[in-house]
Amino acid sequence: MKIPLSWLNDYVNVADLEIGALRQRLTLAGLEVESIEIIGHAGAELPWDPERVMSAAVLAVRPHPNADRLVLVEVDYGGPEHEIAVTGAPSLYARKGETGLDLKVAFAWEGAELYDGHAEGWVKSRLKKTQIRGEPSRAMVCSEKELGLSEAAGDIIYLSDDTPVGVPLVGILGDYVLDFEIKGPFGHLQSIYGIAREVSALCNRPLKRDPLAVAEAVGLKVASGANFVDLAIADPSLCPRYTATLIRDVEIKPSPLWMQLRLQRAGVRPINNVVDITNYVMLELGQPLHAFDYAEVRPRPGTTQPAIVVRPAAEGERMATLDGEMRVFDDQMLLITDGQGAVGIAGVMGGLDSEIGDDTRAVLLEAANFNFLNIRRTGQMLKLTTEASTRFGKRVDPDLTLPAAARAAELMRDLAHGSVDPVIADLYPGKPERRAIAYDPTLANRILGIEIPLPDQARILSALAFEVVDDGATWTVTVPSYRLDVGLPVDLVEEIARVWGYDRFPGTLIDEELPPLRRNHALEAEEHLRDLLMGLGLDEVITYSLIDPVDETRLRSEPDKALELPGECVVLQNPLAPERSQMRRTLLSGTLRTAWANLRYLDRIAIFEIGRIYTHVDAPDASTGQTGVAEPRHVGMLMTGVRDPLWWQTGAATREKLDYFDLKGVVDVMLDRLGLTAKVQWARPSEGKTHPSFHPGRCAVVSIGNRALGVLGELHPRVRDNFDLPEQPVLALEWDLEVLLDAADVADAEKQIGRLSPHAPVHEDLALVVDEATPAVEVKRAIEAAGRPLVTEVVLFDVYRGEQAGPGKKSLAFGLSYQAPDRSLSDRDVVKVRARIIKTVEKELGARLRGS
Amino acid sequence: MSSFDELEQIREQALAELADARTTAALESWEDRYLGRKGEITQRARLVGQLPQEDRPAYGQRVNEIKRLLGQAFEARAEEIKRTELATQLSAEAIDVTLPGRPVIPGHLHLTTQALRELYAIFGKMGFEVYEAPDVELEAYNFDLLNIPEYHPARDMWDTFWVKDTGEESGDRRLLRTHTSPGQMRAMRERCPEPIRVILPGKCYRYEQITVRSEHQFYQLEGLAVGKGITMTDLIGTLTQFARLFYGPDKAVRVRSSYFPFTEPSVELDAACIFCHGAGCAVCKYTGWLELAGAGMVHPVVLANGGYDPDVWSGFAFGPGVERPAMLRYSVEDIRLFYGNDLRFLRRF
Repeated sequence: MKIPLSWLNDYVNVADLEIGALRQRLTLAGLEVESIEIIGHAGAELPWDPERVMSAAVLAVRPHPNADRLVLVEVDYGGPEHEIAVTGAPSLYARKGETGLDLKVAFAWEGAELYDGHAEGWVKSRLKKTQIRGEPSRAMVCSEKELGLSEAAGDIIYLSDDTPVGVPLVGILGDYVLDFEIKGPFGHLQSIYGIAREVSALCNRPLKRDPLAVAEAVGLKVASGANFVDLAIADPSLCPRYTATLIRDVEIKPSPLWMQLRLQRAGVRPINNVVDITNYVMLELGQPLHAFDYAEVRPRPGTTQPAIVVRPAAEGERMATLDGEMRVFDDQMLLITDGQGAVGIAGVMGGLDSEIGDDTRAVLLEAANFNFLNIRRTGQMLKLTTEASTRFGKRVDPDLTLPAAARAAELMRDLAHGSVDPVIADLYPGKPERRAIAYDPTLANRILGIEIPLPDQARILSALAFEVVDDGATWTVTVPSYRLDVGLPVDLVEEIARVWGYDRFPGTLIDEELPPLRRNHALEAEEHLRDLLMGLGLDEVITYSLIDPVDETRLRSEPDKALELPGECVVLQNPLAPERSQMRRTLLSGTLRTAWANLRYLDRIAIFEIGRIYTHVDAPDASTGQTGVAEPRHVGMLMTGVRDPLWWQTGAATREKLDYFDLKGVVDVMLDRLGLTAKVQWARPSEGKTHPSFHPGRCAVVSIGNRALGVLGELHPRVRDNFDLPEQPVLALEWDLEVLLDAADVADAEKQIGRLSPHAPVHEDLALVVDEATPAVEVKRAIEAAGRPLVTEVVLFDVYRGEQAGPGKKSLAFGLSYQAPDRSLSDRDVVKVRARIIKTVEKELGARLRGS
Repeated sequence: MSSFDELEQIREQALAELADARTTAALESWEDRYLGRKGEITQRARLVGQLPQEDRPAYGQRVNEIKRLLGQAFEARAEEIKRTELATQLSAEAIDVTLPGRPVIPGHLHLTTQALRELYAIFGKMGFEVYEAPDVELEAYNFDLLNIPEYHPARDMWDTFWVKDTGEESGDRRLLRTHTSPGQMRAMRERCPEPIRVILPGKCYRYEQITVRSEHQFYQLEGLAVGKGITMTDLIGTLTQFARLFYGPDKAVRVRSSYFPFTEPSVELDAACIFCHGAGCAVCKYTGWLELAGAGMVHPVVLANGGYDPDVWSGFAFGPGVERPAMLRYSVEDIRLFYGNDLRFLRRF
């Protein structure tokens, strides 16, 4: 919201305040000034030199001796002699030959810096002494563009007739425009007047003008009825008040410069005087107004008096709005109707048919008040937001209609030569009770932590127009009608605090009993895993929870092969875009897209993500707080690209790609660190149960006990193509983090270290021939089980297939370490254990010792 | 020549040859020649029997002396040669020490994770524990219970993603949380009537076009303290501590009035701009200050909805940004870098 300081000064004296100090005071009190636009003054884009840019009067316009399109103007700028300036301004050219004039203009003298009125865009230039078609020139009369006021460069600007000559222009048209960023629905702060009230309270200055006195000053009488309109309100809860004013014989024309400038500075485009006045009053007082062409307001059937009826629409009722759109209403939307049909959507937008036009002679001016929630609902339902609906939606004081109507009437009279009907018709069936709050002033101390003396509290409240009656322990504080945001004692505390000034508050530390301390074990375990995976060389990514539904299809190698995703998908009702329209049920697509995006720049990707997936599991229930959506944490990993970075010893030629065992290696270490190596079951999915995203022969389904962890494998080539990834192995994993971390907790609880043996281990190799289908992990586990407790380490160091192993067989070579905690082992010990191991694997796995 | 003279001659010759020996091989052959089983000295020792009886003790003694002497000379020379040879070897083994080392590939934590951890650590010092709440929220928790009823203008502060009904509806609408504040309600309802000191981190979502400055997904972290004597000055003190731990001990902080529907009074905490230190620059829009956190005293309606009697209990809540301070600190100009996961960006942290 843009507030020109010159306008604010109409209501409260701010002219002598230092602008930075004012900004600071307002900002700290909750009226945040985001920026200040300076016009004309020092610091502006184009400061107007007070000695060179000033007001002046054009006294005569004479022909230019050498140029047809130019004239010479005689200007009184307050100096000892009149100056002759050359101009081509059309409005002066039209007066060629006239003398005895007194046209007030903006005048610039040699040396002044202005914008070039003829250049494209904004080009500064300094006014120099020169000759124009043989006539000396060292001064000029200025256009809006030359002064930087607007882009209008076609003609010069005229100041009001009563402007004295020779006064620095900055004192007349210069300004500061404060751009406020006011958070929250505060109708009372949406106007010049509203800000003025705050300045008055914060800076301890009286208000200069009382809008309530205008009606009286203009000589208007207020009555519930008037002979120019038949007024009715169907539902006072939706329309507490309707105030109608009639202005006849208006002359539609442009507004005067001062009003146009104020509107422009407030961010509103001037249109014509009648429209400008409704906008001007809205900006000044915060009351939206609507002007109807009185000639278009129809009487009820059988009567002659034009009627205005405020009523809810009939379901399906239609009307074309000012913007030319045909609107259809439901029965909760409030309409302004005349005797025959809708002429406007209450508080939102007027109808097309009753719009003010150039031939409008009589204006019926509406100043009304509507239920803010209803206006907001209508605006949202119709997807129609206007300046009026926004303001009504932030709550407008119903007491404001009358001052606004009177102010508008006054301006219509002065600026549109309108003749105001002496009666203002005012229906106010929804007049609210005056609100009073029982306020215990010790609350301020309890909430704020500082002692604000009671007289100061009372003084602050009074300055903000609250009426304070000190009844002893509890005060009765009556709330001004416009403070619709204040209803609770604590609201008064806030008023007191912000005016008292938060800069006067010390900082303290909570002097309170500490709540029972709890650990967040789930988070600690998650963070530990993050560190672990980072330590294993993976980069963490955090991808979008909202994904493209197509990605779930892309994860399937065969279109008819279902992707088994947990639960029903959480889909958005109002997505930003189809690509972000549902919540993910898998981390795979996010990591795949991340890989794709990064492969443009990088040749090696190794990433992980820890995050939630989302599925519907139940109906929501607000009474218990159940959202009905499960959000288990998952961990995803992905590796693809070259295994090793480019290095001078290995060279560029032999760079290998990452494969299944690179990711498996990371996972093996992770499981070891979590104490889960021995607990995890690895298996290749059986025929017909393969995962649609993975290479059927290079995919492991992993579980712990009877709980599934997830998959790890090489991506199916089709899926790799679906995600537009290059032809190289893409290794991916997605596991249920809850299962993984639960198991890690159990493993940690069971972990017993005992004593570390001081004796050197005995090493021995063991090569076993088994069926091709026998998983290596089973052989290893069998060795470990049979070798317990002396076999302390079993490492697979060779897998051989060939003649010596036999068809359908493979040979697995393990390195075994034997160690006892209390003694050095002898050959006899080792031989015994070794024999037991061999016997076991022969029996359990049909293995035989290689070479035997 | 007498046997003695011969002995001395051998000694001199052996020492001279030893001095000439340059390599281990030459040294070994010298040892064979003089001290070996068939070496000169050994042979001379065997000659003792052929000498006259009276010469024998002296001769024997001299042979042993020379043997010992040559043995010592040999050891010394051997040591010398070994040292020289090692020096030669080491000098031949010299490398270009500036060549790149064998690559070790480090992993990285996401910048958001690092930012969150920093906040966890700071608020952890002050007794705040992490409390997590769901991303998909009930409308009631995200809005109504936080004093933001339907159609209320305060709802305009959040553009909301709504979740499509699943059919078996109870009438309770769901959405993607627009802020972490619903976690306040969950923490209060779970912990009531205990005092509370929690921080609530998490992903939030807003229906906003994605630009350099705004994302539809981002992180928030907010704090909540509820107790029987918690005040605005406690809030200011807590956040001042936070600013000092986060930005450094001399950080200037200011408090200004603000508005949030779920706090009353509401304030905004600013810290002196990290770039201009208060002088005014483009980053702080020439105010000298940067927003640190929105905050306030928990609204009595919210306290009551959480189960706490507002006449007895009070509390404060605050919400510093997660991405924004990191963006400011590292001059990150595009918020999309966070969840677009350009690894060239993430690997810088």
